[in-house]
Amino acid sequence: MSFLPKPKLHHPKLPTNALGYTRRDYEGAISTLCAGCGHDSISAAIIQACFELDIEPHRVAKMSGIGCSSKTPDYFLGASHGFNSVHGRMPSVLTGANLANRELLYLGVSGDGDSASIGFGQFAHSIRRGVNMTYIVENNGVYGLTKGQFSATSDKGSKAKKGTVNTDEAIDLIGIALQLGATYVARSFSGDKDQLVPLIKGAMRHDGPAFIDCISPCVAFNNHEGSTKSYDFVREHNEAMNRLDVITGRAPITADYEPGEVREVEQHDGSILRLRKLHAEYDPTNRVAAMHHLHERKAAGEIVTGLLFIDPEPRDLHANLNTVARPLNRLGDAALVPGAAALEAVNAGLR
Amino acid sequence: MTPTDIRNPDYFHKVVDCQWACPAHTPVPEYIRMIAAGRYSDAYMVNWHSNVFPGVLGRTCDRPCEPACRRGRVEEEPVAICRLKRVAADNKEGVLARMPPIPAIGNGKRIACIGAGPASLTVARDLAPLGYEVHVFDEQAKGGGFIRSQIPRFRLPESVIDEEVGYITDRGGVVTHYNQRVGSLRALLAEGYDAVFIGAGAPRGRDLDVPGRQEAAANIHIGIDWLSSVSFGHIESVGRRVIVLGGGNTAMDCCRSARRLGGEQVTVVVRSGFEEMKASPWEKEDAMHEGIPILNWLVPKQVLHEGGRLTGMVFEKVKAERDANGRRQLVPSGEPDVTIEADDVLVAIGQENAFPWIEADLGLEFDRWGLPKLNEKTLQSTLPQVFFGGDAAFGPKNIIWAVAHGHEAAVSIDRFCQGEDVTQRPPPDVVMSSQKMGIHEWSYDSAVSPDLRFKVPHAENEVALRDIKTEVELGYDRELAFKEAQRCLNCDVQTVFTSKLCIECDACVDICPVDCITFTEDGEEMELRDRLKMPAHNLEQAIYVADGLKTGRVMAKDEDVCLHCGMCAERCPTGAWDMQKFLLESAKPKAERVHACAIR
Ligand SMILES: Cc1cc2nc3c(=O)[nH]c(=O)nc-3n(C[C@H](O)[C@H](O)[C@H](O)COP(=O)(O)OP(=O)(O)OC[C@H]3O[C@@H](n4cnc5c(N)ncnc54)[C@H](O)[C@@H]3O)c2cc1C
Ligand SMILES: Cc1ncc(C[n+]2csc(CCOP(=O)(O)OP(=O)(O)O)c2C)c(N)n1
Ligand code: SF4
Ligand code: SF4
Ligand code: SF4
Ligand SMILES: [Mg+2]
Repeated sequence: MSFLPKPKLHHPKLPTNALGYTRRDYEGAISTLCAGCGHDSISAAIIQACFELDIEPHRVAKMSGIGCSSKTPDYFLGASHGFNSVHGRMPSVLTGANLANRELLYLGVSGDGDSASIGFGQFAHSIRRGVNMTYIVENNGVYGLTKGQFSATSDKGSKAKKGTVNTDEAIDLIGIALQLGATYVARSFSGDKDQLVPLIKGAMRHDGPAFIDCISPCVAFNNHEGSTKSYDFVREHNEAMNRLDVITGRAPITADYEPGEVREVEQHDGSILRLRKLHAEYDPTNRVAAMHHLHERKAAGEIVTGLLFIDPEPRDLHANLNTVARPLNRLGDAALVPGAAALEAVNAGLR
Repeated sequence: MTPTDIRNPDYFHKVVDCQWACPAHTPVPEYIRMIAAGRYSDAYMVNWHSNVFPGVLGRTCDRPCEPACRRGRVEEEPVAICRLKRVAADNKEGVLARMPPIPAIGNGKRIACIGAGPASLTVARDLAPLGYEVHVFDEQAKGGGFIRSQIPRFRLPESVIDEEVGYITDRGGVVTHYNQRVGSLRALLAEGYDAVFIGAGAPRGRDLDVPGRQEAAANIHIGIDWLSSVSFGHIESVGRRVIVLGGGNTAMDCCRSARRLGGEQVTVVVRSGFEEMKASPWEKEDAMHEGIPILNWLVPKQVLHEGGRLTGMVFEKVKAERDANGRRQLVPSGEPDVTIEADDVLVAIGQENAFPWIEADLGLEFDRWGLPKLNEKTLQSTLPQVFFGGDAAFGPKNIIWAVAHGHEAAVSIDRFCQGEDVTQRPPPDVVMSSQKMGIHEWSYDSAVSPDLRFKVPHAENEVALRDIKTEVELGYDRELAFKEAQRCLNCDVQTVFTSKLCIECDACVDICPVDCITFTEDGEEMELRDRLKMPAHNLEQAIYVADGLKTGRVMAKDEDVCLHCGMCAERCPTGAWDMQKFLLESAKPKAERVHACAIR
């Protein structure tokens, strides 16, 4: 962490996006996390993704719970809406906000403790309800903020800093998300922005529950020999399935690819996900095959990363509930409070 | 590409743009921090060791450091390096006691310096503390050379010259022979000096050659001769309407002096365009601020006169064109001639070297431009015991170059007199010291000031133009000086990287406010520069490359716009980045060096 704010001066040639903003305009307050924390890299990736997508900061709502990871929304998108909920409750608060105003882009930021322990149920239900959001878990395998206890994503057999061995089975949030119907599922690593930034962009352009499990080493409590969430361990065991490019304009394919090497998926909003395959047999549109592959590679000791599953035509909560198209804050009193007669009619319909 | 060798002192020296650009390699950020801390005497001494005339230079330096200053690349204007130097000089307390003592018993060697300008005086200052007996000859009555005879008093009060010349000539070891022109080098050599330094300047002003020149001679003055007559009080007035020919700093001094001696309608006429003028931008600004128009693209054609009195001049309008070889040439534009009425004309169109007192058969060779043949590093002439420096060496430059030559010549003379190889140059003195005090604490002020350059207060025109001795610039007061000093980026506090500590967490990459740092695959320099986080297209600035990382990638840092904020080092969890102060003192003859280290 630093005491001083980051100097306002930036590179004289720093590019601007379609809105005239530089990447620096998407920053937030200076981080108070430990120096070298993977979470800070994820914040930087979110900043880069929003800059590249020409997102208007006031159209984003960033929501989080409790933990070092959940503190990070303060460190990016300083001009966006934000809500810091109690521990593990981000998914419900986000769901409520999304129901009230469906026009904002929802970015849920959480930790492995926040989502896999106290908030596990909340996480599960927001996914299975199909809330249109980008849900990022900054997964360090420990409760960082409370000084490094094993979390529920900590691998069985991995060692704590002081040597204790974890005896409990780990929750694989990717597996749960796939099982519960997330329509965009990815895993990445804070130390690989080339992979992470496009994955965040694709998720933010996805019209359904998009879930990213991002392994994010905790330099203070979980970056030692014996940890399976350290920089070294993840680098050694990382198996990327594919490399993603998110194409929002009309950019033509520039590089030459072998037949079958590239796969393009058009999302509902017109953006194109161009996947360069690194594993020829991997099909990211087959949910069952993805789950199977994941289990198999995990047993082989690999950490599978990349865009693992994509359903280009997702349905979200609003579609399921057939809600009104307009955000509630733009409906008049008459529409919001239809009165006793309308209630009477509803009740009558239920008798 | 080849990893950077940070043990080569040139590498980090170049990062300190101002110091690298300063011919005398003044440790600029070191003295600027001292000014910010109110340590004016210390700041003065850091300057004095490097550039000998802080009070003079703080008012008059050509400041090659400022266009080089990194601050000018990250915002609009460089740090006011020069005017901060003046603050040190204005606010210091007694500094005599800190100057190197002159030994009571000399080393038996006698040196002659011809001319008492900044080049000779630097030689004297560097050699006297080593026990040399330095004899300084000048045809003028006082020391200082052109500093005293040419630079007008409204830019440089005489008291400042007296003080700083005195620090050299009045502490022993130096014998002055003023009012004494050296008429023959042969005769001087015969006096048996162990070495001779020629710092005689470039004393001849170029003349005008157009019809009417001779007839109106009484009202046409060579700029540098006129300025010295003004300086010495021989000329106290000028005509009401004055034309100044030329676009250099001499022209600016002529026109501004004329405004103060009764010239009401003073016009500067220049052959070239405004941008190409040799005068420093601030000199042009100051002249225009004093109500002096600058007319460009006009070539003198004729001097008009009546009964032996000058009445004006005719100029031809020209424009610049490229000839077949791509060289720029001035050709008539075809527009009608311009006539300007005048009572006096000051000719400031250039200066030349002249050594009529050096006999041709001495073995001292000159090139076809009339300049001595010299070894550029050692400044030794073809007569081994004769050395040159200042304007006499390579033609007219400026004070700080004269000082730089003086230091180099002093090193040469010392080695020559001690029977050492003159071409072997001593290395600079370099000290690196970590600035880390705590997790986020540095022993330098790492915060980056957002302020734009502060203007130096000037006297109002009504006051300034009334008396040629009234100093125009008032200088920064302490408060303004502090704020201006805070704009300095501390470029000497270097980012030093240790690969084996790095865990490649990207924290430094993410925090760097100017996107200097990239971890990437190695490559050839040009290709690598292109794919850095921000492409490094300023080829004048190095990229710092380190290998030995676990992933096999390299760390590549573009030095160009680094703010030296230390954020990277604060964010690094393993201390792979450290902020280390790089203090370089360029080589001086030994005694000088020993003393300079002591003030660190
Ligand atoms: C009008 C004008 C304004 C200038 N303003 C600036 C400025 O603002 N900033 C800046 O950096 N530079 C300025 N300069 C340039 C600067 O003055 C010179 O570059 C610098 O003084 C050169 O120093 P020097 O030691 O080589 O010789 P000089 O300063 O020229 O001194 C040479 C001395 O040698 C003496 N001499 C010559 N021949 C003999 C002899 N045979 N016997 C005895 N004595 C002799 C001369 O009398 C003279 O005093 C200016 C120059 C001019 C003409
Ligand atoms: C209701 C409640 N229970 C417990 C805590 C204590 N607590 C704070 S942060 C945290 C764990 C956070 O872990 P994680 O979400 O992984 O975040 P990290 O700090 O590792 O990024 C816990 C248990 C709390 N703040 N609130
Ligand atoms: S910012 Fe300071 S240290 Fe850097 S070049 Fe300018 S004056 Fe020198
Ligand atoms: S000191 Fe470090 S963080 Fe600051 S600008 Fe330079 S490289 Fe970037
Ligand atoms: S912050 Fe330190 S450890 Fe991390 S990448 Fe930079 S130099 Fe390496
Ligand atoms: Mg955690």
